[in-house]
Amino acid sequence: MPRIGVFVCQCGNNIAATVDTKKVAEEMLKLPGVVYTCDYKFMCSSPGQEMLKQTIKDNKLDSIIVAACSPHMHEKTFRKAGEAAGLNPYRVEITNIREQCSWVHHDKTRAVGTVKSTDLTRMTLERLKRNQPLNKIKIPIKKRALVIGGGIAGIQAALDIAEGGIEVVLVEREPSIGGNMARLSETFPTMDCSQCILTPKMVEAELNENIKLYTYSEVEKVDGYIGNFTVQIRKKARYVDEDRCTGCGECIEKCPFNAESKFELGLAKRKIIYTPFPQSVPNIPVIDAPNCPKIQKDKCGACAVVCGPKCIDFKQEDKIVTEEFGAIIVATGYDLMPNERFGEYGYGRIKDVINGMQFERLASSSGPTGGEIRRPSDGKVPQSIVFIQCVGSRDEQKGVSYCSKVCCMYTAKHTMLYNHKVHGGKSYVFYMDIRCAGKRYEEFVRRAIEHDGAMYLRGRVSRVYEKDGRIIVQGADTLSNSQVEIEADMVVMATALVSRPGADSLAQKLGIGYDKYKFYNEYHPKLRPVETVTAGIFLAGTCMGPMDIPDSVAQGSATASKVLALFSANEMTREPITALVNKVTCNACWDCVTACPYSAIERDAVKNRQGEVVRLLAKVNEGVCQGCGVCVAACRSKSIDLKGYTDEQVFAALAAF
Amino acid sequence: MKIPYYPGCTLNTVSKGFDLSARASARSVGFEMEELAQWNCCGATFPLSPDNLIALSAPAKVLANARKGGEELTTLCSVCYNVLKRTNAVMKGDKEKRSVINGFINEEYDGSLSIIHYLEILRDKVGFDKVKAAVKKPLTGLKTGAYYGCMLLRPFEDRGIDDSERPVIFEDMLKAVGAEPVEFPNKIECCGAHLAMSNTGLVTKLSGNVMTSAADNGAEIIVTSCPLCQYNLEQSQTALASATGDYKPMPIIYFTQLLGLALGQPVETLGFEKNVWDAMPLLKKKGLA
Amino acid sequence: MKIRLSGADIDGPRVKHIERVTGEDLKHCYQCGKCSAGCPVSYLMEVPPSRVMRLLQLGRVDDVEAANTMWVCVGCVQCYARCPKGCSVASVLEGMRQIQLRKGTGPTLIKDIPIPFLRKAPQQALVCGFRKFVG
Ligand SMILES: Cc1cc2nc3c(=O)[nH]c(=O)nc-3n(C[C@H](O)[C@H](O)[C@H](O)COP(=O)(O)OP(=O)(O)OC[C@H]3O[C@@H](n4cnc5c(N)ncnc54)[C@H](O)[C@@H]3O)c2cc1C
Ligand code: SF4
Ligand code: SF4
Ligand code: SF4
Ligand code: SF4
Repeated sequence: MPRIGVFVCQCGNNIAATVDTKKVAEEMLKLPGVVYTCDYKFMCSSPGQEMLKQTIKDNKLDSIIVAACSPHMHEKTFRKAGEAAGLNPYRVEITNIREQCSWVHHDKTRAVGTVKSTDLTRMTLERLKRNQPLNKIKIPIKKRALVIGGGIAGIQAALDIAEGGIEVVLVEREPSIGGNMARLSETFPTMDCSQCILTPKMVEAELNENIKLYTYSEVEKVDGYIGNFTVQIRKKARYVDEDRCTGCGECIEKCPFNAESKFELGLAKRKIIYTPFPQSVPNIPVIDAPNCPKIQKDKCGACAVVCGPKCIDFKQEDKIVTEEFGAIIVATGYDLMPNERFGEYGYGRIKDVINGMQFERLASSSGPTGGEIRRPSDGKVPQSIVFIQCVGSRDEQKGVSYCSKVCCMYTAKHTMLYNHKVHGGKSYVFYMDIRCAGKRYEEFVRRAIEHDGAMYLRGRVSRVYEKDGRIIVQGADTLSNSQVEIEADMVVMATALVSRPGADSLAQKLGIGYDKYKFYNEYHPKLRPVETVTAGIFLAGTCMGPMDIPDSVAQGSATASKVLALFSANEMTREPITALVNKVTCNACWDCVTACPYSAIERDAVKNRQGEVVRLLAKVNEGVCQGCGVCVAACRSKSIDLKGYTDEQVFAALAAF
Repeated sequence: MKIPYYPGCTLNTVSKGFDLSARASARSVGFEMEELAQWNCCGATFPLSPDNLIALSAPAKVLANARKGGEELTTLCSVCYNVLKRTNAVMKGDKEKRSVINGFINEEYDGSLSIIHYLEILRDKVGFDKVKAAVKKPLTGLKTGAYYGCMLLRPFEDRGIDDSERPVIFEDMLKAVGAEPVEFPNKIECCGAHLAMSNTGLVTKLSGNVMTSAADNGAEIIVTSCPLCQYNLEQSQTALASATGDYKPMPIIYFTQLLGLALGQPVETLGFEKNVWDAMPLLKKKGLA
Repeated sequence: MKIRLSGADIDGPRVKHIERVTGEDLKHCYQCGKCSAGCPVSYLMEVPPSRVMRLLQLGRVDDVEAANTMWVCVGCVQCYARCPKGCSVASVLEGMRQIQLRKGTGPTLIKDIPIPFLRKAPQQALVCGFRKFVG
């Protein structure tokens, strides 16, 4: 015979006002199996908990019910108290008689509340009688982290984790880490040179012995769960032996052919064997295979001839490596909306219509013009530039409805750079609103207007066309209520920041969510801003939405602290409320596999002694199962139960009503 | 290939040359334009206020009649094209309006017609390479400005015949017949349209901008596909010529007249005599007539 | 200029009537000015397109009706084709013209139309012009 105790809480007057707690206790004592009941003012108070523990011991109780507030509030408290008194914590159950009873009933005679509370507690009793003691699940943690994306956010995350003594693998799609920040000239609001503040971090990432760089690589496949991910990484063929290459650059020098430089955004060419930019990390070239005549038709091969250590290998193939990790950080960054979408701004037809990132390259001292602002068409220094903000941003019709957040600031920066570099040059900025809410940001924009001669015009541009070799910009200034026409030498569009092409397929591999713009979703936009719904996967930087460098770096560090906290224990404990498959009745229809939103159910093979597969079975991975119960409902042969909420328990509880 | 054809009121009268040259050209590249047995004026304006259903009844009647004879309908005039295409979209997509309009015109039309402009037939059904192959007299060296105006292109929701900001269909056709297309920014700006009736000054200004923009970029002749554009542009040149001494008026013709010329139709059948600014001297100079 | 604003004007029946006839939600306009920038006749309008939208948002129907704007608009639909918010000033102006014409107060009388024009002009100009201007 079980020895069950029932403790009914008054919660001051919160429960007692509409529930006669004493009566509930009396009623419960009449039921078989119940050997002790009482009511008490505040069960969660220290004296309340002490009383609970003492009573369990004194009466040799083997399980208890606390009829009180929602289990969200104090289930943990009472399970701990029970455990301290020697009970299995899963033999402590809560009946919610506050949120689900006293607070929703206003009957001052307390008749309704008392009856309902008694009913609810009786139902819990029937479930409790059928409770199996459960034990917390312990999962070992693989203490290695994977960072996907080597922009500033990813680099920062990797450095911080490495600092904590943990091994990190940083996977970057391009031949060098650095991301978009490597393209920038100077950075707002302090105007430090982007390369000068970024390259030390890139080098640190290369030299840190806890960091392993996989550049020119992509994540192919992700399996497992928090603490235990198995990831396949594709190392694309570089055609250069990474271990032997000394980075001397002879091959690049001697390569006789050119192709468009992706890094320079069409403003310059690079060799077929190349590093994206001089400070690339690692400083190991790659061969652009589709354009290489040696690889395509066995002609040339100059690079192989000059390479001292003989590291050119035209036969190299992609390699897949498999690594294990306990946590993953996604920091895959952003792209810019294709300029082509804006026919009215003349892009594609008029050579000197460019986007903001191309302007960064023109202004960068390591860029194609050595930092002089020169027009792409003829290399002349433009005497006037029109900047157009919100191109594609805040444009439901042709672009995206959101604000790209950084372009107001970088446009102000561009006008300053231009003013410093081209004396007497005039800049015009078409804007709708100036959004510069960061620390020292407003002052920055005012400086552009008040000291650096930027003429701000409130309105959009309708059309850009060429006339007699100049660019005519036709816009509006709504503040003076007039149409405005400007003859310019160059036009710079602040195009919208958008997600990376392929962001959705990476998200599907990882099992994380994304919004309609394919930016990744955080678990909670305010309170859990760097976590995803999938435990163990974190987000940093612009893969989540537009943000500037300070925010990206802060998020990189935030994810690192999350990972370090996770890795501070050797094992993780998890709630044991997980699904369990009945091996006898499962007929391998896989409905549960389809139904499970967390991919926690695997197809397991049962083998005989000879190692032959005799049958297949569904198997729940306890590390991944969230205890949602969807599989239980989906299973047609009723072969899955949720521990703590088995069909037997639930039906018994219902029958007791 | 036979394609049902809606000429519209203007092509049946003052712009007969447009109609005749188009029919003859069609025959030379392998299709037949079959005039609808019964048709009425389309109303020459698509009502921009959506409650104005009565203005949709005339074009809907045209469509309903056309559907009885086939699944597609072609037209030449830009305005007819715009009105028919947009009305068709309403009949197809808006159940409530369709029902009211059908009741009013006593028809059951569901928007299942496809409205194609003559230029689209050349591009999509015949193919510009076939047009090119059929050319007998290439218009080599003829610097031609293609004026699109508004109604072939806007608004983009109903997707006109081409990209509304940088259309090329006209230029592609001109290249096919050997002419040299001239790019000019005002090719997609308004000529002043119906304001010809109430505000000639304004029309002269807008059309004047179009013409100077074309002239500045080296055009010697303009082609259009709209009788109203053609009229406005022609009218504006008188004022332009008298205002600025150095402006030289140029011929403004329908694109099918140029097409017909290239395809070898006799010049006298193309209706050039109707133009205010005679095309003959230029064509003669270029050895084309 | 000083304007006295009142909820009775801003949400008033005249604005609602315009929205009803034109099918446009005036609140959608965020005053970027792109319509005014691209309208071929904006500089001849006493109230340019984006300001039409603003004045109507403020409930100032009289100010828009008193201006030449709706009779100068050529209906080229450039404003709508390029509006990032999908607003059609073209429809708003057409609706406001319709409201006048339906009252029989159009600006143009048939007898005012010059005879030479009637002789020479393409029919479509007449049909269209009558629909847009003649009450
Ligand atoms: C014109 C312009 C000027 C700017 N100026 C400033 C400024 O002055 N100050 C400022 O604070 N901010 C500025 N910004 C914003 C700044 O660029 C970003 O905040 C910052 O670069 C974001 O860094 P990130 O690491 O999130 O993304 P990114 O820099 O985009 O890095 C992401 C990295 O991930 C890699 N990657 C992508 N997908 C994969 C994949 N599937 N697998 C592996 N790797 C992948 C990419 O190759 C890239 O290296 C500017 C932005 C623009 C457009
Ligand atoms: S084979 Fe020739 S083209 Fe290819 S990378 Fe080497 S040098 Fe360049
Ligand atoms: S940050 Fe400024 S320029 Fe960029 S979309 Fe937002 S408002 Fe427009
Ligand atoms: S373009 Fe559209 S949103 Fe911008 S001011 Fe005009 S109507 Fe308003
Ligand atoms: S439709 Fe009217 S308001 Fe709109 S751009 Fe054309 S002329 Fe201007």
